[in-house]
Amino acid sequence: MQEKAQSAIIAEGLTKSFAMVRAVDHLSFDVRKSEIFGLVGPDGAGKTTTLRMLAGIMAPDGGTAHVADFNVVHDPENAKRHLSYMPQRFGLYDDLTVDENIRFYADLFGVSRKEREERSTSLLQAGGMREFRRRRAGKLSGGMKQKLGLVCALIHRPKIILLDEPTTGVDPISRRDFWRILYELASEGVTILISTAYLDEAERCHRVALLHQGKLLFCDTPNNLKGKLGKSVLSITSSEPRRLRAELEKAVGVSSMVLTGDGLHVVVDDGASRIPEFKARLNNASVPFRTIQQVTPTIEDLFVDAVGSGAASHA
Amino acid sequence: MPEYNNSVMIENLVKRFGDFVAVDGINLEVREGEVFGFLGPNGAGKSTTIRMLCGLLTPTSGRARVAGYDVGREPESVRQNIGYMSQKFSLYNDLKVIENIRLFAGLYSVPAGLLEERIEWALQMANLKGQENLITATLPGGWKQRLALGCAVLHQPPVVFLDEPTSGVDPISRRHFWDLIHHMAGEGVTVFVTTHYMEEAEYCNRLALIFRGTIAALGTPSELRQESMKGELLLVECEPLGEAVEILQSAPDVIDAAVFGRALHLVVPDATAAIAQVKKFLSDHGVNVALIDKIHPSLEDVFVSLTSAPGSEKEWNA
Repeated sequence: MQEKAQSAIIAEGLTKSFAMVRAVDHLSFDVRKSEIFGLVGPDGAGKTTTLRMLAGIMAPDGGTAHVADFNVVHDPENAKRHLSYMPQRFGLYDDLTVDENIRFYADLFGVSRKEREERSTSLLQAGGMREFRRRRAGKLSGGMKQKLGLVCALIHRPKIILLDEPTTGVDPISRRDFWRILYELASEGVTILISTAYLDEAERCHRVALLHQGKLLFCDTPNNLKGKLGKSVLSITSSEPRRLRAELEKAVGVSSMVLTGDGLHVVVDDGASRIPEFKARLNNASVPFRTIQQVTPTIEDLFVDAVGSGAASHA
Repeated sequence: MPEYNNSVMIENLVKRFGDFVAVDGINLEVREGEVFGFLGPNGAGKSTTIRMLCGLLTPTSGRARVAGYDVGREPESVRQNIGYMSQKFSLYNDLKVIENIRLFAGLYSVPAGLLEERIEWALQMANLKGQENLITATLPGGWKQRLALGCAVLHQPPVVFLDEPTSGVDPISRRHFWDLIHHMAGEGVTVFVTTHYMEEAEYCNRLALIFRGTIAALGTPSELRQESMKGELLLVECEPLGEAVEILQSAPDVIDAAVFGRALHLVVPDATAAIAQVKKFLSDHGVNVALIDKIHPSLEDVFVSLTSAPGSEKEWNA
């Protein structure tokens, strides 16, 4: 176990309810220094509420949390001095240029002009935004706006940053630029807590807390998470996925199936023994298929397996 | 002409804004009953194409037919024969479920004689029977999604456009939603999906990737994964990562290197040949390689590879 001194963020039993809904339910995890830690789960999992409590702008109903060794419940002002929080809608001024927005936040945080120049040049470079310094923020694409928000949130070199779904609606190229900045920051020792509703984005994090309806399902590295499934995943390609599914619904050992655009994604008890069995079955029933192969489980497979049909009533 | 009925047919479609060519002569055929994915980074011409296909923007040249109507000459008929659903803007949150359905039925001019039957159908399809009087804002994400879909197809359009229909929804609800879509497609409805999320792209029968106004790749998800990468993909675990990325920029035969979690993803022309070379190159520069292995590219890897041409930053980031 890591020592407390190595943790930049510690959440212990955080709980918060709104009216009848328990948004965050006894949530505990800790984020190590210079780690990129993902709060991952669908809408309504409690990600935003958790980040707000950690940012010291919302008091929990129960539990406690430390950020940079300061208690965010009792001493939020000191905790805030060490962190930067980027909400889903970061306050950019649409009629100011990229440079002017950066300057505004630099002045707000008391960053010197020299420091601001150095910092913004390197961040804009990493984000592929050098050529847009004179463009008005209102004229930027969604991905560029998010990157600019990040630059502004980082201008005073905070040691800990909390990012609430910064890549929602952002295209894969801008998303990759965004992550490039995060990896650079982590290598400089910055601790990053990032939330996302995209389960595949979890794979980019060093460690992940998988959330569902305010509760922690799992907390581990992406690779270890995939190991927790304890089942095999098969990918079958076919020109007739629906017939394929209908046939495999009769097979033994299948725990879930998803129709994809050109085949079927199947979770089974044991891939090695089921592949020849399925091949024979499909051949017997004359269901066309091209390939059956075992693939690495995804975090989505784990999520669906853990939540199970319990969530289907909500579906 | 092919024997099947093409619901969306695009021939040499061009759209210029002043000097800027947003859509540069694209050709596409989407078959009846197909779930077709249209992907591309911001500024690549994706939204411009969709707006033309929905009859909201007149092409500069070339033509497109949607559900049998010419988008340039018969935009009204096009608009009456499509459904449109976007995750974010579809429903009125402060209205009841039934009020949203009636509102959309009115907007889409569902004939009075058909109205009750269509409302019943939408409630069944969305699995919202008995929930008619709930305020839309209070519905779980997955229910809203299905309600939005029901509203978008009340007038039984042969072609439906979906814009990131399931972003943020929990995976179980998302799977149910896509089952519905595939069911609709099975009954002959053509579904045209735009998305930035590869999790959604996986549900499409075929995908087109638009970049700089032209179609950069076209095929089934597995065809794209297998054939469209500029090279093969290696996973490299080594320390220190940041230094390794820098060093690899100057390595021969490394097309691209990027950090991915605790590892690197390298794009190389030939994975088998590159494994030994990369290992040696890194150890010559003092970086110890713990693991190096060929991996299968994801759709996102393909997307990034095809849209990361050098010098392209200016256009697609704009």
